[in-house]
Amino acid sequence: MIPGVSLLEILTVATLMFFIGVYGFLTRKNLITVLMSLELILNGAAINFVAFNKYLYPGTPAGQFFALFLIAVAAAEVALAIAIVINLYRRIKSVDVENVNTLKH
Amino acid sequence: MEKIIFYILAVSILALSLLSVLSRRLLRSAVYLFGVLSAVAGFYFLIGYHFLGAVQLTVYAGGIVVLIIFSILLTHEIDHKMERPGWLRAGAAGALCLAGAAMVIQLLSANPWARVEAAERSDLDTLGVLLLTPGEGGYLLPFELISILLLAAIIGAVVIAKHHLGGSRENQENQPL
Repeated sequence: MIPGVSLLEILTVATLMFFIGVYGFLTRKNLITVLMSLELILNGAAINFVAFNKYLYPGTPAGQFFALFLIAVAAAEVALAIAIVINLYRRIKSVDVENVNTLKH
Repeated sequence: MEKIIFYILAVSILALSLLSVLSRRLLRSAVYLFGVLSAVAGFYFLIGYHFLGAVQLTVYAGGIVVLIIFSILLTHEIDHKMERPGWLRAGAAGALCLAGAAMVIQLLSANPWARVEAAERSDLDTLGVLLLTPGEGGYLLPFELISILLLAAIIGAVVIAKHHLGGSRENQENQPL
């Protein structure tokens, strides 16, 4: 535990970070910025896992493993998303979510 | 001392995430994101999970941010400014997020957290052994699943980014890369 810091304070920071990410996810129109907001959301969740592990269940490192696997999944997700963004840019010269509607017709 | 460091980290996490979400320049936004991820790594170090902090720094701050910056440089002019979101959209999203955050924090503060007392096991030896232990308490199955997922992601990224696989003819003739 961090001396003098309660679990609630850490969870509050993680919650605010998560919802800042949600705000970005809802307002941004560029695919790359949507991806960056997604990273904020994932990191907020990972902080929660770590804080619960440290404060409530110190006998098992389960929360650390969740955070570790979350980082690995995020890395795979970003690699694929960047590939898709670059492919889209080659095809339609834009990475705006509003222009990506080829599948709609 | 730890308390002060925690508050500095918390304030920088929140301020930099806000800047990253609100900034109109893409590259600045990515640099702010780098700051957020580094501050989260600092938080992991502070809480005593050094391995996790190191992984966060190398994979997130070192790998993912560099990938994002590369994709920004490949697809945008460097001084491109994004348009602001409309007032209605920004207001609705902001109200939704504020309401959500208030509700979650209210629920969190109302919950009595019960600590399960036990000797702490979080050193690197324990992590390494557990990661390769099958069965009870071990994480061998998710470890192998992650390795297959990463392999699939590598192959998928190569197939998607390689543009003459599946690209239409005219596109290729117009822009030889």
